[in-house]
Amino acid sequence: MKTLTAVTAVMMVAALYLAFVWVPTERSMGIVQRIFYFHMPSFVVAAVAIYVGLAASIGYLASRDLRFDELAASSIEVGLVFDTVNLATGPLWAKPVWGIWWTWDPRLTSAFVLWLMFIGYLLLRRGMEEPGTRAAASAVLTVFQAVGAVIVYMSNRLWRTQHPQPVIGGGAGSGLDREMWVALLGCLAALLALYICLLQLRRRLERLRRETDGLRRTLYSMS
Amino acid sequence: MGFLRATLAIALKDLRIERRSREVLNVAFSFALVVLLLFSFTFDPSGEETRAMSGGLLWLVFSFAGTLALNRSFARETANQCLDALVSAPVSGAAVFLGKALANALLLLALELACLPVFGIFYNVRWSVSFGWLLLVMALGTWGFTVVGTVFSALTVNVALREIMLPLLVFPITVPALMASVQLTTVLFTGEPIAAEMVWLRLLFGFDLIFTLLGLALVEYVLVG
Repeated sequence: MKTLTAVTAVMMVAALYLAFVWVPTERSMGIVQRIFYFHMPSFVVAAVAIYVGLAASIGYLASRDLRFDELAASSIEVGLVFDTVNLATGPLWAKPVWGIWWTWDPRLTSAFVLWLMFIGYLLLRRGMEEPGTRAAASAVLTVFQAVGAVIVYMSNRLWRTQHPQPVIGGGAGSGLDREMWVALLGCLAALLALYICLLQLRRRLERLRRETDGLRRTLYSMS
Repeated sequence: MGFLRATLAIALKDLRIERRSREVLNVAFSFALVVLLLFSFTFDPSGEETRAMSGGLLWLVFSFAGTLALNRSFARETANQCLDALVSAPVSGAAVFLGKALANALLLLALELACLPVFGIFYNVRWSVSFGWLLLVMALGTWGFTVVGTVFSALTVNVALREIMLPLLVFPITVPALMASVQLTTVLFTGEPIAAEMVWLRLLFGFDLIFTLLGLALVEYVLVG
């Protein structure tokens, strides 16, 4: 765990260097474009966190092993942090470039809906006491939300068709400079390491919480 | 008892309770009227643009009033440990879920049909032009909303602040169904041809199908825990 933390710290500093010093400034958007190197990777990490959460939830439903529940809850909570970074950096970038903080474009709307789903999941967990029912309920909710998120994105694309094309893989004229790719992937690697680091810490916390809860129950039933 | 008979028995039980107590319909309909009143302050109700917004308004009313009904669906069973009895009854959890979803959907449809004329009068909307299509859209939209809502109603039955948790969980995930219903309803109200909007009808149908199957497959975990 200590090695992981140290490696993550070094990677984060390196990522900051890559994004703010090393990579050249983008021509048309200027300095603000550098937000991109954290904006986009944090969404990728949030997506990874959801898939980990989904896989762990299915794992729990199949096995009833509470360790899967710990993993799911931790991954989704850490994912919320990265999704929040993504949502908060977006408007900072959009204001100087598009002239507005927010637009109800399918990508943005879906990201916001996703964020609300994360919040709903965590609030549901807070409202439930018994570990078994809580784990089952939140696992089922995760499966519903993961399927729902895909349909939300599809329907939003239908709703507003004038959305901007994706920068990467969006057809002719899109794509990134080689140096920008390096900075992007560097930041992505650093944020992924940070995710794993936080995930481990959060899982430990969840396990300790469950143990203290168990002890409290035993104590309560004895008195 | 066969699956379908059990489903029907549960649905009829819920509808019978509602017929005798009227605990949902009275409150939800009055609430819908209050929401209709509030909308009149947010924009000029006599303006031309009202018709372009009418689908959205109507479905907001439906979904706000609908959550009231969904909240009661499983909460009603907490008295006298009825839920435990339902779960331990020799019927599958899927039948309990489907029966309750059916009852909820019928209840909501009745509520929506009662709201339509009032909406037409207050906001000068001609809703009866293509009533057959409208009925289909309402049925599909309501089913999508209820099927997710019924699973989540079971999910939140023992949660603190249940009444707030349910809409918080249901609305984000039902965004596609609401969007499709709003789009189709607006088109029907404005009298434009529906043929150009078939993609929304397909989306609505797909949404209903996916979440009905998901609910049937997973509800057992929710009920038994």
